[in-house]
Amino acid sequence: MTSQSPFTRALTDPAQPVPAGLVSPRGTADSKRFAVYRNNVHVSLVGALAARFPVTRQLVGEEFFTGMARLYVAQTKPKGPVLIHYGDSFPDFVAQFPPASGLPYLPDLARLEAAWTEAYNAADAIALAPADLSTIAGDALASLDLTLAPSTRLVRSGFPVGTLWSAHQTTPVSIPALSGSECVLLTRPQAHVRLTIIPPAACAFLEAIGQGRTLGQAAEAVLTVFPDFDPGAALVGLAGLGAFTTLTKELADV
Amino acid sequence: MPFDTLPARPGLGLKPQHYAQILANKPDLGFFEVHAENYMGEGGPPHRYLAAICENYPLSLHGVGLSIGGEAPLDRDHLKRLRALVERYQPASFSEHLAWSSHDEGYLNDLLPVPYTPQTLDRVVSHVDEVQQVLGRRMLLENPSTYVLFEESTIEEVDFLAAIADRTGCGLLLDVNNVMVSAVNHRLDPVAYIDRFPVHHVGEIHLAGYDETTDDAGERLLIDAHGSRVRPDVFERYRHTIIRTGALPTLIEWDNNVPAFDVLMDEVRLVGEVLDGTLNRRLAS
Ligand SMILES: [Fe+2]
Repeated sequence: MTSQSPFTRALTDPAQPVPAGLVSPRGTADSKRFAVYRNNVHVSLVGALAARFPVTRQLVGEEFFTGMARLYVAQTKPKGPVLIHYGDSFPDFVAQFPPASGLPYLPDLARLEAAWTEAYNAADAIALAPADLSTIAGDALASLDLTLAPSTRLVRSGFPVGTLWSAHQTTPVSIPALSGSECVLLTRPQAHVRLTIIPPAACAFLEAIGQGRTLGQAAEAVLTVFPDFDPGAALVGLAGLGAFTTLTKELADV
Repeated sequence: MPFDTLPARPGLGLKPQHYAQILANKPDLGFFEVHAENYMGEGGPPHRYLAAICENYPLSLHGVGLSIGGEAPLDRDHLKRLRALVERYQPASFSEHLAWSSHDEGYLNDLLPVPYTPQTLDRVVSHVDEVQQVLGRRMLLENPSTYVLFEESTIEEVDFLAAIADRTGCGLLLDVNNVMVSAVNHRLDPVAYIDRFPVHHVGEIHLAGYDETTDDAGERLLIDAHGSRVRPDVFERYRHTIIRTGALPTLIEWDNNVPAFDVLMDEVRLVGEVLDGTLNRRLAS
């Protein structure tokens, strides 16, 4: 029986001949017929990457993107049929792709786009509203362990990738200055993903909370680096963006 | 309230760029179909929109990644994800393909062909049995579009599909564009294929546009492309099919270069005319 192993090998390696036993109605091996399958695999997977990384594609142009994506597809197949996860390692591939080295911000921009689809598809959760915090007494507040909403993502970059990404959401695109670092927060407060560039101190605060520190511990850690940090204002601001999910019953009863 | 059967009317593939327009205008349509794998994220806008659309229309859940024709056992995790979707949305129909798409290298994202032999028949039958058992419902299996033949095949495709339906109790999805693509590619008669097809098992019809190229001998090779209007010769075969079967739920598949929603509705009107024509003929007879 014609096994699916040689079929797969020939499919993924264009140097291989048409597998034995596959024929045209004339009874002959036909490379253009088999090439339809090869092409379907490549075009559909490149298309999946183009859908997930549209700004990366705009920045390098369609031809460059397709060439880069084809190389990625050749060495990395999806682990399973749920393609919303395909391309998780594409930003790292871009970082290692010599022809893209002239655009040093490109890997982080791709990371932001990967994070955006994660935020888009993350589980639904009720966001913690700033008002929920006002009922908690001060010392109880400091010992609170807040949970990040499933859709909350942080991308830190040495480049202004949040500004760059935002510039590509409208036409015509006006490319911003490409210097300066940014902390980009993605949240999904209502139905849609929201991108906010937040100050480094707020970013460190959110990271500390995400690592399981209490609000008091997180504030203290940030204040040692950023003495002017206002944890109360940051907390209300982040909660307003939908960064946290509701208190579990246990915690709310503290 | 879940809709538990697809109506014998035109339906459309649901595309994210049309979500808002559909909910605002509630177009007159029999059903929407989605690719199951596109709704396997945990939450977010896709589920929110799909839930809203399911309030208004019957849903056809169409899997593209189960690899029913694969040599490997079915992916249990993927089956569980399908079961979760079926439980959540209570679709009026679940369908999949007579094809394989996963192997050791991973998921290949194409519907790859299966040789038709007694051995492969047994394997596909056991996979369909397993799907129906896990999902707790009958599924429809779709005829493929193919570009190569297997020398080892000993069973004709129509007989292969009929045997699967007979042995598993599953229904069939007749894709008339796939019939046309395979018939032209393999120098067969599409009408003879349709006339031999076990139509009493058919629960849904697919229509789509094909592209065209040539093979090594410079002869016509059709590609199942889903990126254009249904070609006139496919429509002609569809009309022939419906005269034979009576009205059936009929989907326009348009997955690439997705046009404005109005263009899809033009196709829907053409399908509607064919379905209504059949009804009139039956009433008159
Ligand atoms: Fe189809």
